Amino acid sequence: MPGPTPPPISKRAVVDRYFLEHRAKVIDIAAFLDRVDRAQGADGEADDFRVQALEACCRVLLDGKPDRARRVLELLSDHSTEPIAKAPMKGATGAIAVDAKGAN
Amino acid sequence: MYIDPHVHMVSRTTDDYQRMALAGCVAITEPAFWAGYDRSSPQGFFDYFRQLTDFEPKRAAQYGIRHHTWLCINPKEAEDPVFAKEVIKLIPQFLKCENVLGIGEIGLNKNSRNELEILDAHLALAAEHNLLVLVHTPHLEDKLKGTKLIMDAIRNHARLDPSRVLIDHVEEHTVRHVLDRGFWAGMTLYPDTKCTPQRAVDIFEMHGTERLWINSAGDWGQSDPLAVPKTQIEMKSRGHTLDSVRKVSFDNPLQFLSQSGRFRIA
Repeated sequence: MPGPTPPPISKRAVVDRYFLEHRAKVIDIAAFLDRVDRAQGADGEADDFRVQALEACCRVLLDGKPDRARRVLELLSDHSTEPIAKAPMKGATGAIAVDAKGAN
Repeated sequence: MYIDPHVHMVSRTTDDYQRMALAGCVAITEPAFWAGYDRSSPQGFFDYFRQLTDFEPKRAAQYGIRHHTWLCINPKEAEDPVFAKEVIKLIPQFLKCENVLGIGEIGLNKNSRNELEILDAHLALAAEHNLLVLVHTPHLEDKLKGTKLIMDAIRNHARLDPSRVLIDHVEEHTVRHVLDRGFWAGMTLYPDTKCTPQRAVDIFEMHGTERLWINSAGDWGQSDPLAVPKTQIEMKSRGHTLDSVRKVSFDNPLQFLSQSGRFRIA
C-alpha cells in the first residue's frame, strides 16, 4: 500500500476485533474521573488543567467529525511558535493549560 | 525478518537480543540518548561512545544481529551549551568507526533556545561530514511545536537533504507535516506514549507507506523491544499483504539507512 488505503477488513470485523479493548479504556477513563472526584483535597484541585483537557478530548470523540486522533493530539499540544528561554524541567505533563495554548 | 532502526540496547539485557533474534531481527540502529540522569563530565560521553561503537556490536553479533549507531549529546542534556559543545567536539574521532551511520538522536526536548543552539551545532557537524541525521521530536504537548521548530532549523542548512533526515516519534498530528516537507518519518511503538502498534497501522492506512518506518525505541523505561514484530502481526491480522509488512519493517529502513554506505544486514 504505497498510498492511503482503508483497512482490508470490514467495519464489523474492526468492531469485533477491537471493541472489548476500547470498552475497557472507556471504563478506565470513567473510573479515573470518579477517582479524582472522590480524592481528598481542595475543590479547586479538581480544576486541574490536565483533567479539563481530558474532558475536552472526550467532547471531540462525540462530535461526529473525522480525524479524532489527530484533533485530540492537537488539543493537547502547545500551539505557540517561539522557543522558550530556558527548559523548566526535562519531562512533559501531557496537556497544556488553556490560557497557555498560544495561537490555536 | 525485520530491522529495528531505533532501539537503545545499552539499556536492555542480552536476553532481549536473543528474543529479538528469535522474532526475526537481523539489524538494529542505536541512537545516543539520555541515560536517565545527566552525565557529570564530557568524559562520560566518551565512554558511552566507546560502548556504542565497540562493545555493543559484539554483544549483538552473538545473536546474528548487525549493530549500528548514531552519535550526539541528546536534547535533554543540551540546556548547558558549554558542556554540550565539549561533547560535540568528541564526536568526529568516532566517525571513522564502521558502525556509525550519522548524527542522532538530536532534536528538541522542551523547545528552548539552548536546545536549538545545540541542535544547530549538530546539524552543522552532519552537513560538514555529509552524514545521515536521526531526529528526536519532543514528548507529548511539546511535540507539535518542536517538530515545526526542528524542520525550520534543518531547512537553514542548505547542504542537508531532507531525504537524508529521518524525523522520529511522529504521531497523527505531526506525520503529515514531516512527509510533506520531504523528510522520512519514524513511528515509535510504546505502550502508553507515542504510537501503539494499532495506531501505527492506522497511520499507514491513512498516509501510505512511503518514507515511513516503525521502531521500538526500547530503552530503560516502559518499552517493548519486540514492538516491531508485534506490529507486523497487527498488519497481517488486518489483512495487509506480506509485501506491505516487509516494506515498513525491512525495505524502508534498508532504503533510508543504506544512504550511509555503512548499513549492513547480518
